[in-house]
Amino acid sequence: MKRTLTLTAAVGLLCAGSGAAMADDLTLCWAAWDPANALVELSRDFEEQSGHTMSFEFVPWPNFADRMLNELNSGGQLCDLMIGDSQWIGGSAESGHYVQLNDFFDEQGIDMADFIPATVTGYAEWPKGTPNYWALPAFGDVVGWTYRRDWFERPELQEEFMATYGHELAAPETLEELMHIAEFFQGRDIDGTTVYGASIYTERGSEGITMGVTNVLYNYGFDYGSPDDPYAIEGIVNSPGAVEGLEFYRALYECCTPPGSSDWYMSENIDAYRSGQVAMQMNFAFIWPGVNADENVGGDRSGYFPNPAGPAGHYAQLGGQGISVVSYSDSQDAALEYIAWFAQPEVQERWWEMGGYSALRAVVEDPGFADSQPYAQTFLDSMAIVKDFWAEPAYADLLLAMQDRVHNYVVAGNGTAQEALDGLVEDWVEIFEDEGLR
Amino acid sequence: MTRKSSEDRFMSETAIDRVAQATPPRVARRIRGLPDRAIAWIFIAPTIFLLLAVNIFPLVWTIRLSFTDYRVNRPNNEVEWIGLRNYERILTDSDIWKTMQATAHFLFWTIAIQVLIGFTLAWLINKKFRGSNFWTTVIVLPMMLSPAVVGNFWTFLYQPQIGLFNTVVGFFTGADPASFSMIGDVNLAPWSIVIVDTWMWTPFVMLICLAGLRSIPESIYEAAECDRASKWRQFWTITVPLVLPFLMLAVLFRGIENFKMFDLVVQLTGGGPGNTTTLTSIDLKREAFERWRTGFASAYAIILFVTVFGLASIYVKALNKVKER
Repeated sequence: MKRTLTLTAAVGLLCAGSGAAMADDLTLCWAAWDPANALVELSRDFEEQSGHTMSFEFVPWPNFADRMLNELNSGGQLCDLMIGDSQWIGGSAESGHYVQLNDFFDEQGIDMADFIPATVTGYAEWPKGTPNYWALPAFGDVVGWTYRRDWFERPELQEEFMATYGHELAAPETLEELMHIAEFFQGRDIDGTTVYGASIYTERGSEGITMGVTNVLYNYGFDYGSPDDPYAIEGIVNSPGAVEGLEFYRALYECCTPPGSSDWYMSENIDAYRSGQVAMQMNFAFIWPGVNADENVGGDRSGYFPNPAGPAGHYAQLGGQGISVVSYSDSQDAALEYIAWFAQPEVQERWWEMGGYSALRAVVEDPGFADSQPYAQTFLDSMAIVKDFWAEPAYADLLLAMQDRVHNYVVAGNGTAQEALDGLVEDWVEIFEDEGLR
Repeated sequence: MTRKSSEDRFMSETAIDRVAQATPPRVARRIRGLPDRAIAWIFIAPTIFLLLAVNIFPLVWTIRLSFTDYRVNRPNNEVEWIGLRNYERILTDSDIWKTMQATAHFLFWTIAIQVLIGFTLAWLINKKFRGSNFWTTVIVLPMMLSPAVVGNFWTFLYQPQIGLFNTVVGFFTGADPASFSMIGDVNLAPWSIVIVDTWMWTPFVMLICLAGLRSIPESIYEAAECDRASKWRQFWTITVPLVLPFLMLAVLFRGIENFKMFDLVVQLTGGGPGNTTTLTSIDLKREAFERWRTGFASAYAIILFVTVFGLASIYVKALNKVKER
């Protein structure tokens, strides 16, 4: 509490001081999605308190990385604040795109221990595992699942499912159960409409299929190198377990997804679910407030569950972003003021209320948090099992290689899972060698 | 000389006189002292400067970068001169050869089908039937749309459950529309982009062919009629040879355009499934602006440039020979 008061007072002084000195026009860059709209609303308080004005540059997800990394790499001054993807942290830190925030955090009394540990590691630290911070965790996100609770609860379906699979038709706890449910609903007639098992990530162009397939691979034993040497990936990335996991994902795609879902990512999955095409939907947690409020599938008609466990573990793909100050900005002081304001517990609390996933422990560990929204507990459970993709400066090379290999196997059906992962190992080793990492 | 043109001349002379009179005497004296060649250089210098700055310098700079390991996203890294290594890697990369094959497939079939349909449509439109102008406008509409819009629009038409394309195919073949996915199937996806490009750009070929057909003097056909040449013979000995230069021009334009095809295919398939529809331009963009391998991408761009330039030069020579016949 004492820390909160100190922080609030410091931010107040900062805002008042700067307001008297000079008002800046800050531009915040982020992806164009629902949370961004919530942030526009939330930021009005900052404008009132600080006297600064806020502008926003939002780019749709499929073009977000292209557009923003171009901006950063060219030393552009469009963005003063960047809510960049977690994978950009290594490259942005090493190339000097982001301002290191350690001193600022110390001055303002912002303690990274107050944030969910996975989000600090994922969104703020570079190198990973070291106390070098380049961002403040801004939006916690993770891949989870949405399901049609109203369909699952139909007695006739429950009975038939039990007779077929020998377990209850309920939110699955394992990937095997998930496959059963997806199979069960695939091509089924529900209220006169043919529905399908699940919509999963298969997008080719940006990061879609990687963000999807990792949710299965992690749980079958895939990992990013060994604990001793993160770049020793042979036998881990292409382990027998990982191969089995990739085969599972292809089987799920082949058996239980809507026809034509060969290039689907967040928005296509949302559309399929909201239009009543699928029984389950893989997607990042950011969509849950929208699902809950939806006229067709919202309220009690939908339920949420974390990514199910596999034979080798229980993990989910981390999403989300941290907020950074762009080093090319002429308004760095005002941008830092914004971060100090945003870090305040009461602002974080409002952030959660407005549909933003706060990563502040004071918010998510509040006793009332789990019951504050129907999906809040699932969010907490999911954030406890996250694992993230590479965040190295060469992350884009690593990602594109994985997109290529995995899509080629899962969607195009070329070769075997073993060949796909062996090829991925070859690609990644070549990239690490080019980078001088091994 | 008509009265109007003499008035025009009088007016333009007056305008030139006015400009001449407005020129400060010192400048006028200097210009008068300059040779014609120097004055010509003064006029074309801005254009040459712009060309050098916008076209030639980037090209030379790209050639230079292609021999380095430069990455634009690593400003702090030292740039190494690596000779021909980028070129060697590109030319021995089997994935890049696959994208070349995909591009060749796309180029060959789009051009072949567009020439066939475009010429047929032009021939029909040239018959001057009632409403031919209306149909010409209708046929030309697709090429007025943005390729990105067309790509996006066709993803819905190809949707297995609700797409018009699948429904129509299902209606005529009896197949279940949801049983096949044009953009999700490895065998169908290459054809899906050929179909959309054909839908969009056949009108362009048609217009060029139409211009060719309308440039043939009616008197040649009349002379052939007098010689009792059959319609078939007229077509092969008059129409085709005289339209051929136009047709070859259309092929050249479509070839160059489709070699650099990007937006439509990205919107439609994203290069997938797998790499099935990853054309060279898409692959190049990924190398340059997603992997940020600037040196490598520069070498890739130079190879593509040389290929297109070389093929186009050979083709233009052939075109000139046809025109000379």
